[in-house]
Amino acid sequence: MNNTGTQKAITRLLLHLHPKKIDVQAIKYTRTFGLGGIAALLFVLLFITGLLLRFVYVPSEKEAYNSIVYLQNDVLFGQLLRNMHYWCGMMLVIVSFLHVIRVFYSQSIYFERRKNWLYGLLIMFLVIMSNFTGYLLPWDQLSFWAVTIMTNMLSYIPIIGDGLASLVRGGSEVNEGTLLRFYHFHTGLLPILMVFIMSIHFWLVRKTKGVTVADPSKKEMVNTNPELIYKEIVVALSLILLLILFSMAVDGPLLGKANPLESPNPSKAPWYFMGFQELLLHMHPGFGIFIVPVLVTVFLIYIPYFKNIEVNVGTWFNSKSGKQVVLWSTIYAIIFTFALVIGTEYIFKFQAWLPDIPVLITTGLFPLIIYIVPTYGFIYLVKNKLQANRVELIMGLVTILLTAYLVMTAIGSLMRGEGMHLFV
Amino acid sequence: MSFIKKITRRSFIKKAILTIVSLELVYVFINLLKKGETKNKPNLYAAGEVELFEKGQLYPFSTERFYLYRLKDGGFLALSTTCTHLGCTVQYKSKENKFLCPCHASAFDKTGNVLAPPATRALDILPITIDNGVIMVDISNPVKRAKHNSSQITYA
Repeated sequence: MNNTGTQKAITRLLLHLHPKKIDVQAIKYTRTFGLGGIAALLFVLLFITGLLLRFVYVPSEKEAYNSIVYLQNDVLFGQLLRNMHYWCGMMLVIVSFLHVIRVFYSQSIYFERRKNWLYGLLIMFLVIMSNFTGYLLPWDQLSFWAVTIMTNMLSYIPIIGDGLASLVRGGSEVNEGTLLRFYHFHTGLLPILMVFIMSIHFWLVRKTKGVTVADPSKKEMVNTNPELIYKEIVVALSLILLLILFSMAVDGPLLGKANPLESPNPSKAPWYFMGFQELLLHMHPGFGIFIVPVLVTVFLIYIPYFKNIEVNVGTWFNSKSGKQVVLWSTIYAIIFTFALVIGTEYIFKFQAWLPDIPVLITTGLFPLIIYIVPTYGFIYLVKNKLQANRVELIMGLVTILLTAYLVMTAIGSLMRGEGMHLFV
Repeated sequence: MSFIKKITRRSFIKKAILTIVSLELVYVFINLLKKGETKNKPNLYAAGEVELFEKGQLYPFSTERFYLYRLKDGGFLALSTTCTHLGCTVQYKSKENKFLCPCHASAFDKTGNVLAPPATRALDILPITIDNGVIMVDISNPVKRAKHNSSQITYA
């Protein structure tokens, strides 16, 4: 046994990812909660379980559903394998999202980290696309109608919408061609793209000298191996253990085989798109699916490029008043979004009140204005009352957007029953 | 404009070639994806003879995904069951006398007009031709429309 040789090999291999010595502040668990690393681990787990699933799964309209049933009932540990893949996929969406908001609130996206923020957003997009393309593959009622709803949402994008929707589906409705196409995106193109962009993402983290710390002047360097490596191993093993236990207990959902003649009641998009589906109940699709998401995306991309900002890199919420701003924004967004959802559900009926005005204005522009005007007022109030600076106001605005989306997701997935009626 | 000054002849040619090659690749990929799309040739479905259908009645053809409605004046209307909102399959509720979408609660009347949002367009119609007294419905080419009007009705 040549233990020192093995030790050396491991250390040198890992040092491609980590520096030899590392700041104590940087490896404190609550600094990052290890979210980026967890996401990377989940990606690896998904890769392995996905590779195994490919041996059983048949991507065809006739056989897809049967192959999943066969996997669950007749293959040794088949159900566990599918559950692992399913829950890892769902967890990856959540963890990536938490990772995005962690770097945002700890101000780790400015200056030399700008570029990595953009790559991060791109990876977040690819994660959602991977999850969504995988969603269709079991070809049951749940997945079939979720994908029907989602791809039809695309057709509301002005001018290119119809073409784009049929390009994604490979036809005017979801059929075998769509299944095959999603399968190849899910198991070929998207993973390869992600490996490529993740490599750049990691390299850029190294290039900017690791994660942000609140006080870079107080440096106390320790050896990466074992100080950081041990932490990583503990987190990774606990996560894998938890995932296996969870997958043993909870099965991934599988309804009856897809039937294009009958939509289940209610039919819902995948949960991470429920915010959109909820928005669509209150807003013209041209706004809900195109104008609002484009504005939000442009805003997110532009955040690190704002001028005249006083950033406190590495400090959660920038300062004490920043914390207050985020707290109040969350409270405001929860109450106001909830009130507006109920308001547009029962009280405001612009389309019925003003039938002569185009629907794009009555159900599109009016709800948008009803949201924007009080929010602008709130931001103005926060600016004066809490003496918030620009960075903190941006944080407040992002908080409002995220909270609003989460509230709509919760309402859509938990409070809507048959016929998508509220509180049934 | 500082970024214009930076462009030299060499870098311009480099960037131009790179752009053209990328566009070419994107174009090729999009055409690859288009493969599945075929031009919808008319796919005629024989619904039955004109006399079979009573006036003012609605007949479901669920496997072909349309409803045939014979109006009180004898005209015919073939309504697609695909909801114009997000593509779920609507169902006729005879108690409430309207089409209901299970996904987002859109409602349509017997002629396909919107009764309740979020749908913004009336149900699509399928072109009807009458051949020797038999009603032929083209199930592959739904026609989009904003509202119902009498020009969309086919008479025997």
